[in-house]
Amino acid sequence: MTVIHDMDDKAEAKMRARDVSVYYGDKKAIDDVSIDIPTKYVTAFIGPSGCGKSTFLRTLNRMNDTIASARVEGNIELDGENIYSSGMDVVQLRARVGMVFQKPNPFPKSIYDNIAYGPKIHGIASGKSELDEIVERSLQRAGLWNEVKDRLGESGTALSGGQQQRLCIARAIAVDPEVILMDEPASALDPIATAKIEELIDDLAGRYAIVIVTHSMQQAARVSHRTAFFHLGKMVEYGPTDQIFTNPLEERTKDYITGRYG
Amino acid sequence: MSPAFLFLIALGLGLAGWLAGRAKARAFSRAAAPREVVARPGYHAWYVAIWVAVPLALFAVLWSVLSPILIEQWVLATPAGQNLPEFGFQRQTILAEAQAVARGSAAAVFTPQARDLVEPFREATLFYTLIGVGFGIAMAAILGLWAYSRIKPAFGARVRVERAVMALLLLASLVAILTTFGILASLVFETVRFFGMVSPVDFLFGTSWNPDPMSSPTAPQGDRYGAIPLFWGTIFIGAIIAMIVAIPLGMMSAIYLTQYASPRWRKIIKPALEILAGVPTVVYGYFAALTVAPMIRDAAQAVGITNASSESALAAGLVMGVMIIPFVSSMADDSIAAVPGSMRDGSLAMGATKSETIKKVLIPAALPGIVGGVMLAVSRAIGETMIVVMAASTAANLSANPLEAMTTVTVQIVALLTGEGSFDHPATLSAFALGFVLFMVTLALNFIALRVVKRFREAYE
Ligand SMILES: Nc1ncnc2c1ncn2[C@@H]1O[C@H](COP(=O)(O)OP(=O)(O)OP(=O)(O)O)[C@@H](O)[C@H]1O
Ligand SMILES: [Mg+2]
Repeated sequence: MTVIHDMDDKAEAKMRARDVSVYYGDKKAIDDVSIDIPTKYVTAFIGPSGCGKSTFLRTLNRMNDTIASARVEGNIELDGENIYSSGMDVVQLRARVGMVFQKPNPFPKSIYDNIAYGPKIHGIASGKSELDEIVERSLQRAGLWNEVKDRLGESGTALSGGQQQRLCIARAIAVDPEVILMDEPASALDPIATAKIEELIDDLAGRYAIVIVTHSMQQAARVSHRTAFFHLGKMVEYGPTDQIFTNPLEERTKDYITGRYG
Repeated sequence: MSPAFLFLIALGLGLAGWLAGRAKARAFSRAAAPREVVARPGYHAWYVAIWVAVPLALFAVLWSVLSPILIEQWVLATPAGQNLPEFGFQRQTILAEAQAVARGSAAAVFTPQARDLVEPFREATLFYTLIGVGFGIAMAAILGLWAYSRIKPAFGARVRVERAVMALLLLASLVAILTTFGILASLVFETVRFFGMVSPVDFLFGTSWNPDPMSSPTAPQGDRYGAIPLFWGTIFIGAIIAMIVAIPLGMMSAIYLTQYASPRWRKIIKPALEILAGVPTVVYGYFAALTVAPMIRDAAQAVGITNASSESALAAGLVMGVMIIPFVSSMADDSIAAVPGSMRDGSLAMGATKSETIKKVLIPAALPGIVGGVMLAVSRAIGETMIVVMAASTAANLSANPLEAMTTVTVQIVALLTGEGSFDHPATLSAFALGFVLFMVTLALNFIALRVVKRFREAYE
């Protein structure tokens, strides 16, 4: 594993994974991965299909807990606190580490209620007007406000695919997370909607730590500051995006990036 | 004997047509280039067989209706037939007797007049049997030859046979629908007769139910046929008490099974629940009448309610609710399981707990399906008979006290139809009116429920 930390290391690590392995039953899907996720930057996970990107991403907010056969070994810290320790409240953790999925999954509720969902369950808003404010702010940050401000009562599922995905991002933002995990957030979208999502990720980068899984090299190159290349459950190389794409140190990374890998 | 005989002929000739068609098709298939033959030999064979057998079978049905009429006319036209008495009943007896002897199912006649009719019956039967068989065979032969002559390499036998198969399937599905209409028609007929005697207003809005099968049928007392207490009893037992039991228990077991139970545990519990649905309702009836009802009465007396009846609406409703649990839970289970897993993950990823996710995302998303399931369950409960027959009473009380005896529409139908009354007495006919109302209500409930469920399914397609 090659890890380079020569980019501006003013970026302190928001999350720190050490020797993480994940098993599905007896099968090892992630093998001994260690990585630092910097705060206020975008980190991209790339790698061939089935190499374990989603699996590793899900360990970061313990969504693997919902898979009965999944088992995680190793250490993952959020601001120095082990998220797999018995003292960690998963509900609290997921409020701090939000997630956006590959397929937009708005709840079959109104646009307003989709956004208000998180703040309500976490008791963030103290009243209706504060809730309204959060909804507006979240939609604005997700770049969706102008498109939906007159139809907040309509069902979230009635939006277009790209709008739905931005709604899901807005929903994640609404609880004011510190980290946002995105698993191929644009893979189900057309190029225009994709461009909007990328723009949005760019906007959000200064505020949150963002981790994005993507199959598109161009997307990784465009939006991320750091890139990690995964292969067969191992993290092969991790470093500044520019360097990974122009001058990878590992042969396998180079093969994958230049498309020589299957 | 002639229709069955014609059917046999249809089968035999059909087989012959099938073999002939296949032989011809095989011959030309072998000779032709593979792409030239549009259908495989089997299709050509079926094409001929269908043209031979189906019209003949239809003719057999038609003939079985037609030939008795023709035979009787033949017999009546003979001199002996014209001497028959006019009076319907006697005339029919003589005719039937003569026919029975002619057929050989009776040894000898009792009525002298019938004796002269036996011979004409024999002649007529023979004559029309010959005509039927002759015509049938001729028709089958002509159609068969025509079909046989049509099959050639370029002939699209496959399409035509497929169409015939489709028609057959359509026919099969129509049977169930037509039966429903048949039931409805017979109900409507008797209901109309009933409403000729008792006004629908008295029936639908009257509050006193006390039909007297021994009263004079010509002077029906409309004020004895107020069905409101029955409707109320039905709703109170089937739609209120039973649902108060079935909805929460069914929902909770569905939630447990879909969200909490381990796959192995679910594999045990789910079939066990579904076995509940297979218990004969009469067994529930025993349970309600012999165990639950006395228990409720004793409990009520223990807390100082002295007038508690041993046949309470509560007992019937509770047991019915238990019976309905599997319906509610399996519909709710399906609906919750049909909510995409991504919805649940989305909620959990927001930091919602499992129960928050169930309450705020899964159940609202599954609600239409659940509502549909509950409506189906209600329609099942209000049509349920055995439990209430055994555990509820026949006293038509209009009361909101669940400890009191009450009766339902189905109980009254059973009581009225198994009673002494004659079949044109309004008391008996009122059973049909009750059945009609029940039929319409359950039909409407099922209709709405299925639509709701369907719309729900579409939402996640
Ligand atoms: N729920 C699960 N149960 C068992 N095995 C799983 C499960 N999810 C993933 N796996 C296995 O773990 C390995 C990694 O899967 P993962 O979904 O993390 O890959 P990925 O890199 O995200 O692939 P893709 O790019 O196709 O999304 C694969 O071999 C996969 O078959
Ligand atoms: Mg993946």
